[in-house]
Amino acid sequence: MAKFQTLSEALAENLHDGDAVAFEGFTHLIPAAAAHEAIRQGRKDLTLIRMTPDIIYDQMIGMGCAKKVIFSYAGNPGVGLLRRLRDAVENGWPKPIEIEEHSHAAMANAYEAGAAGLPCAVFRGYIGAGLKAVNPNIRSVTCPFTGEELAAVPALNPDVGIIHAQKANERGDVLVEGIVGAQKEVVLASRCAVVTVEEVVSDFAGVHVNACVLPHWTIASIAVVPGGAHPSYAHGYYRRDNAAYLAWDEIAADRERFAAWMEENVMKATPEAFIGRVAGLGKEARR
Amino acid sequence: MSDFTPTEMMTVAAARALRNDDVCFVGIGAPSAACNLARLTHAPDITLIYESGTIGTKPDILPLSIGDGELCDTAVTTVPVAEMFRYWLQGGRITIGFLGGAQIDRFGNLNTTVVGDYKKPKVRLPGGGGAPEIAVSCGQIYITMAQSKRAFVETIDFVTSLGHGKGGDDRVRHGVKTQGPTLLITDLAVWKPDPVTKEFTVVSLHPGVTREQIQETVGWTVRFAAEVTETPPPTDEELAVLRDLKSRSDAAHRGQG
Repeated sequence: MAKFQTLSEALAENLHDGDAVAFEGFTHLIPAAAAHEAIRQGRKDLTLIRMTPDIIYDQMIGMGCAKKVIFSYAGNPGVGLLRRLRDAVENGWPKPIEIEEHSHAAMANAYEAGAAGLPCAVFRGYIGAGLKAVNPNIRSVTCPFTGEELAAVPALNPDVGIIHAQKANERGDVLVEGIVGAQKEVVLASRCAVVTVEEVVSDFAGVHVNACVLPHWTIASIAVVPGGAHPSYAHGYYRRDNAAYLAWDEIAADRERFAAWMEENVMKATPEAFIGRVAGLGKEARR
Repeated sequence: MSDFTPTEMMTVAAARALRNDDVCFVGIGAPSAACNLARLTHAPDITLIYESGTIGTKPDILPLSIGDGELCDTAVTTVPVAEMFRYWLQGGRITIGFLGGAQIDRFGNLNTTVVGDYKKPKVRLPGGGGAPEIAVSCGQIYITMAQSKRAFVETIDFVTSLGHGKGGDDRVRHGVKTQGPTLLITDLAVWKPDPVTKEFTVVSLHPGVTREQIQETVGWTVRFAAEVTETPPPTDEELAVLRDLKSRSDAAHRGQG
């Protein structure tokens, strides 16, 4: 049953050292404020799960929060490589990390299997590809009907799933609109789910019944953090801050510059800072 | 005819290869520019799909990422990523998939994973993302890449996505029914696989490019088709539309849009 809490309370109560956690969001609605709170709370030895690790995992890895990353594309979309992740993989800085690498199809299917209570996901994948030779969690099964060999990967069931969404109603049901990514699958696959939202409304008046709504009883905790997806975006609220993604490439290129940026913008900041970061980004057009 | 850059020639050549009834799985960079150039010129009804789940999108600017808001705003529909990969890609609904990479071999196998050893990489690249399944599930694959000895190598360090494997009917031996890479468009030439060996062969040189330049930027002995033609240069309209699109996009990405 969803509780409304501050972001600090929500993470302190639900995310612990050593947990497997998915901060999910596919380019849209990335839970950046929640990731910053986890860094401020000093979480360690996390297994970070996400299809597209992106800037927030670059930050968490660079700050030493991670022991392992399960992912399918580790890049700064449209900009380049994730420099803090690379430094950890190539040079062990600030500490070595273990990686478990998949394709997008595998990760999406593995979340879906996790949500469905199945032990593994089966799909037509990895044919002729090298990943299956280096990732023992990529195996195969034979279709009992056709004899076709199919790829199998273990279901993903994070200890904690963390997403950002547009709104919650007063009962704690959560509405996600626009590019929905794997948000629903992550909430239903996780042992507990934490959601940050742009705002709380009395009801979802005017929203079609087929919209993506996560009922309040699927969610442990909700924190209201306006702007909490910055520099990604919240459809209907603010645009993606592409300039910030371009700027991150330079900030993350240098260990000292990275550390100074994190000190200023994360360690000394609060979730309330996010509203200011999206102030100039206007209102994303709604259909 | 105005001057044009090799990258512009590559983008225009890729755009021309697309048809009005194609359904394209679009990647960021040159593929996105090519697909949108095709849409804004000869293929107004082309269906563009980005892996964030946006289907039939018509962005006014080129997105910086595969999930910019512009893509969702202008799409016919937007679906969850699990559905995108299960129903639309694996379900065989996509005619053309665009891929590129840090390394390619003569059979169109691609590496976007690591340079060097996987466990101790010299360069850790972003990884496959959608590519391992795009490579085998789309009807055909078009590859766009700039030629260099570092990228066009005899043996790639890691097979992120299957091209024609070891050549010949290797894809069929893998049980794959799709055609795989049928076109390689670079900044210098257009290549097609030999019908039998499946080795990529130069079929057309971009204006002013010599066979020597091709060989100097490729790490294996290049084969040329029996008849090598010259790629028609970009038309004034193609260049104007492409440059307009690029300048609108650059301004928007830097927050001036």
